[in-house]
Amino acid sequence: MREAATPWERLRQVLVTVGPGGLWLVLFVLIPTLVMLVASLMSRGSLGQLVPPLGLHNYVRFFSDPLFIEIIGRSLWIGFWSTVLIMLLGYPLAFYIAQSRYKEVLLLLVVIPFFTNFLIRVYAWIVVFQKEGLLNGLITAFGLPPAELLPSTFAVYVATVYTYLPFFVLPLYAAVERIDWSQLEAAYDLGARPIRAFWEAIFPQTVPGLFAGFLLVFIPAVGTFVIADLLGGGKVTLVGNLIQLQFGSAQNWAFGSAVSMVLMAMVLLGLWLYARTQGEKGLDKLV
Amino acid sequence: MEPTLFRSRRERKLGEHIAVRLEGVTKRFGDHKAVEDVNLEVRDGEFFSLLGPSGCGKTTLLRMIAGFETPDEGRVIIGGKDMTQVPPYLRPVNTVFQNYALFPHMTVEQNIAFGLRMKKMPRDEIARRVQWALELINLPGYEKRRPDQMSGGQRQRIALARALVNEPEVLLLDEPLSALDLKLRQELRVDLMNLQERLGITFIFVTHDQEEALVMSDRIAVMNKGRIEQLGPTEEIYELPQTAFVARFIGDSNLIPAQAIEPRKVKTALGEFVLDDEDALTPGQEVLLSIRPEKIRLFRERPNLPNVFRARVDDIIYTGSENQYVLVAGGQRLMCETLNHDIQEPGHEEFAYDEEVWVALTPEKLVVIQGGSEGSDPYA
Repeated sequence: MREAATPWERLRQVLVTVGPGGLWLVLFVLIPTLVMLVASLMSRGSLGQLVPPLGLHNYVRFFSDPLFIEIIGRSLWIGFWSTVLIMLLGYPLAFYIAQSRYKEVLLLLVVIPFFTNFLIRVYAWIVVFQKEGLLNGLITAFGLPPAELLPSTFAVYVATVYTYLPFFVLPLYAAVERIDWSQLEAAYDLGARPIRAFWEAIFPQTVPGLFAGFLLVFIPAVGTFVIADLLGGGKVTLVGNLIQLQFGSAQNWAFGSAVSMVLMAMVLLGLWLYARTQGEKGLDKLV
Repeated sequence: MEPTLFRSRRERKLGEHIAVRLEGVTKRFGDHKAVEDVNLEVRDGEFFSLLGPSGCGKTTLLRMIAGFETPDEGRVIIGGKDMTQVPPYLRPVNTVFQNYALFPHMTVEQNIAFGLRMKKMPRDEIARRVQWALELINLPGYEKRRPDQMSGGQRQRIALARALVNEPEVLLLDEPLSALDLKLRQELRVDLMNLQERLGITFIFVTHDQEEALVMSDRIAVMNKGRIEQLGPTEEIYELPQTAFVARFIGDSNLIPAQAIEPRKVKTALGEFVLDDEDALTPGQEVLLSIRPEKIRLFRERPNLPNVFRARVDDIIYTGSENQYVLVAGGQRLMCETLNHDIQEPGHEEFAYDEEVWVALTPEKLVVIQGGSEGSDPYA
């Protein structure tokens, strides 16, 4: 039998095993979050620096101004519907890729946009949507009057769906690829018609991938500011733009931190609700 | 399932009705003919095996009966109705898949209940039948388990229960035992035979394992390259192979090229043999003689028997219950098996390496394979 470890040995064992991961979490998750939490409780000095007094005044300001509520509401709204659009497009796409003979090529096509800088890809949409742009060129070629497409919510939706589609398709593809298709045949064999067979035998197995994809898309889509900035112009202000503004030209880091904390809290609330409805296993499955 | 002793399969009475009939069924995948002009009838309550090497078309044939593939030519008739174009969910058959294809997100209970639920059966009736099925496969109390919490053998039985609970007219089994280890496979063979006899459901069983097919089946169709090489009762397939392929694929066989010199007499490299064959040969005709290793008799003294020749013992393989002798005569190798029962009397002696022995081929045990060619090698 092994001798009982001394306290020193046990400490060493703990440090060697969970040490590196724990250090990473403390350095890059816990400390920044705490810094931001403290900053959100402070005030803006005359030069834009963080100064006491501490208090909840930034949160009070956020929740008492209907404009800010509208901004976060609009962010959640656009983020949600962009995610729904992405799911409607991405779900069949993942299945199509998984069963295709050319799945390597198709996967590469999904990933290729990442080879180009995100900002440049968003600028590319300006080329498409601007007044003398490609889309209007097509419209006028059919003898129709050119459309005012920039800035517009429509352009924000298109670019958001385009940008985040791969984040949904890739995890879902991983789930779909593992499915044993003979289960679909087994369902037919047991009397299920095609749609029923898919719904009962295949769909439930894609739900974890669906949720993973949903989160991977919804969280950044809600927080995006570049797309709204470039394609939404002054018309579409999202919570990401608000935060950027506070850390940038408004020089109010304290308020910017508070808005960031609110956004983070909302996302965590969503996760928590999901975990509650899915039971203990829900989050495990997701991760 | 409690073990019971078996009546020999060949003594069983089979139904008069035809459960499944295939008429001129052909299936191509591109240029490749997977199944070519297959005709067969499976009788009600029969344990019917499709036996052949991988790629012979047996699984494709089964999939056409299940409805997963549509034949390019021919008809599939199940229970007297033409079902060639009927989709799988409307056919009165169920399948046990090679990899079981259990639904991983459902419990054992939900898996078994799936087919009944699709038929919109009332809940209490479903619960009753699921219980019946779990008892049938001897797994009561496993309702709430998931497939990934069960062993291969248990999963196999659940796949069986999931199919049988629907009371199909025909149960299709696609190599259901191939993923299991030998001991379990032998146990499940007996379980399957018991079950089939008890329920009286027609089984169509696909396998590449000739022993499995011989043990379990009433009749066997041996397939090769998309065609049926031979179809008949189990014993006939073993005792009277009609082609070199069947002789080689089912058990071991010695094949001796021969040329007829009289209607019942042939000339071979081992000497002249007399035959006891129903159909007479035309002199000059080239044929193959097939004889099973256990039917060759060896003697130390020259016996007073027909078809006797000298051979040398080239190798001896001791398998415990048997002595297998590799004999060389006339430039040809012959396999011979004798039971290891320690009796030293003519016809049962034990021999040593390089000993010169007398070999006797009983005319009734020599099977004539017409055509004379070597045939294709099933293991090539």
